[in-house]
Amino acid sequence: MSAPRRRKRTLRVDPLARVEGEGALFVRVDGQHVSDVQLRIYEPPRFFEALLRGRRFDEAPDITARICGICPVAYQMSAVHAMEAALGLRVEGPLRLLRRLIYCGEWLESHVLHIAFLHAPDFLGYESAMHMAREHGALVRQALELKKVGNQIVTLVGGREIHPVNVCVGGFYRVPAKHEFDALAERLRWARDAALELCRTVATLPCPDFEREYEFVALRHPDEYPFNEGRLVSNRGLDAPIADFEQHVLEEHVPHSNALHAVLRGRGAYHVGPLARYALNFEKLPEIARDAARAAGLGPVCTNPFRSIVVRAVECVYACDEALRLIAAYEPPDQPALALEPRAGSGCAASEAPRGLLYHRYRLDDAGLILEARIVPPTSQNQKTIENDLWEFVPRHLDLPDAELQWRCEQAIRNYDPCISCATHFLSLTLERRP
Amino acid sequence: MTTAAPLLVIGVGNAERGDDAAGLLALRGLRARLAAASAIELCEASGEAGALMEAWRGRTRVLLLDAACAGHKPGTLTRIDARQEALPAGRLHGSTHAWGVAEAVELARALGELPEQLTLYLIEARSFHPGHDVAPEVRDAVQELVDLLLTTECASVATPLPRPRP
Repeated sequence: MSAPRRRKRTLRVDPLARVEGEGALFVRVDGQHVSDVQLRIYEPPRFFEALLRGRRFDEAPDITARICGICPVAYQMSAVHAMEAALGLRVEGPLRLLRRLIYCGEWLESHVLHIAFLHAPDFLGYESAMHMAREHGALVRQALELKKVGNQIVTLVGGREIHPVNVCVGGFYRVPAKHEFDALAERLRWARDAALELCRTVATLPCPDFEREYEFVALRHPDEYPFNEGRLVSNRGLDAPIADFEQHVLEEHVPHSNALHAVLRGRGAYHVGPLARYALNFEKLPEIARDAARAAGLGPVCTNPFRSIVVRAVECVYACDEALRLIAAYEPPDQPALALEPRAGSGCAASEAPRGLLYHRYRLDDAGLILEARIVPPTSQNQKTIENDLWEFVPRHLDLPDAELQWRCEQAIRNYDPCISCATHFLSLTLERRP
Repeated sequence: MTTAAPLLVIGVGNAERGDDAAGLLALRGLRARLAAASAIELCEASGEAGALMEAWRGRTRVLLLDAACAGHKPGTLTRIDARQEALPAGRLHGSTHAWGVAEAVELARALGELPEQLTLYLIEARSFHPGHDVAPEVRDAVQELVDLLLTTECASVATPLPRPRP
């Protein structure tokens, strides 16, 4: 009897849908063996690190915010903290509170956009949120209102919902009076309940049974679930100051991507984002968020990337609750920003963008002009992990017809809520099956 | 309680991205030709879907002015009755980060929240390059659109002022 012909299969998804930016995935299968997986980022490089050179230090928050329209606050926060490190400044008190508050707004609007409009359709079998809205109108309406509350936080603190204009090195250009938060607090009380309901809803979504061991990397702060500050930690022993980030993280070019891949030196791929933050900081969540997580069937650590949608919903609960706590505690500072003088120096910082750790480093001259800039976004850091997920996921589902396998691969990529424009400061799936 | 104006005109765009300013310029041109007490409400918008749906919720007649990238000759003016025609993705140049006009229209349609009348007037752009001036043919189309709206859509609710001297 002759040996059975090995079947070659090719899946093409061009471009990847419901992700930000332009990317493609190529998978080659020889018989029952996956022989190649490539996440191809073909969005052109954007050269932000180069165009920052020669600009003033205080332009960095507004320039880098343009890297992303859905997470500009993250870029502004990483930029201002890095510049303040270079200038020997530290923001405390009400200004620090306002920075956490604006981050609450960004997490809420970014996470809700992803949960309801980009990812939930996958789990419910819809091509898009528009198709989903016809039969799940209540979910979509509630998500729109929740996202709006997140936008309102960013607008009130940052001056504008997209590319805020009120953030500066040392603080803000203007700080709100306490009474300006009254109406927002009322909306946040509704939003907290709505986020809890969203969490209960996404917990019931049918979810592929897929677990992987990851090296999770995130910020860890001694007192709070991290936004702007903390040490660089992992679940495999990494515990370092942010100043040592580049000693631990190596960025490398790969032929098939315009975005650099990041690895931990000597260790390989790692995972940033909600699953990582959650695993490394679960005990720092307030009781309302921990209870929501448990009710959703989560333990203190989640290693199923498809359940990231639930972890994002838990973080929405946290964002609403934390925003209320911060608003209650807020007393306007005497000055909207610290006094500062430009000087030569270097500084770095990392903050937790909705998608994960975002690192900035700058070197300045005597006049405060930027000599050098380095930006490592979360999607760059997750690229190799996304590919590794698919290396494991595809072989377990080769029995699926090509169209369905293609859908599942896209869903697997959307687990990471990738922001490809950020990664190319720096989906199209091709699955080639060979007999 | 204030009664909403019978006609809402929304100008969508980004004044710093070349021809993406077209919708905003058309709205501002319209504002310059309407008396302050006009029965027409004018509103500028970035195009973010949630804000658009909020702006037109409960309204009867809405016009939306925007730039487009549909493969036509730059400066081409297109009219779309959104109640009659679905908007395909990519027809309007929206951000990939946030949902834009097409998503707002189709989501509102799916939720049963489209205004009774929603008409889009789109000007085909040449370029959305940041920092660039609006192309001459797009500027001409903006003026053409303003004149058209004053003599058609707006005529039943407002009398236009004379065109300002250049």
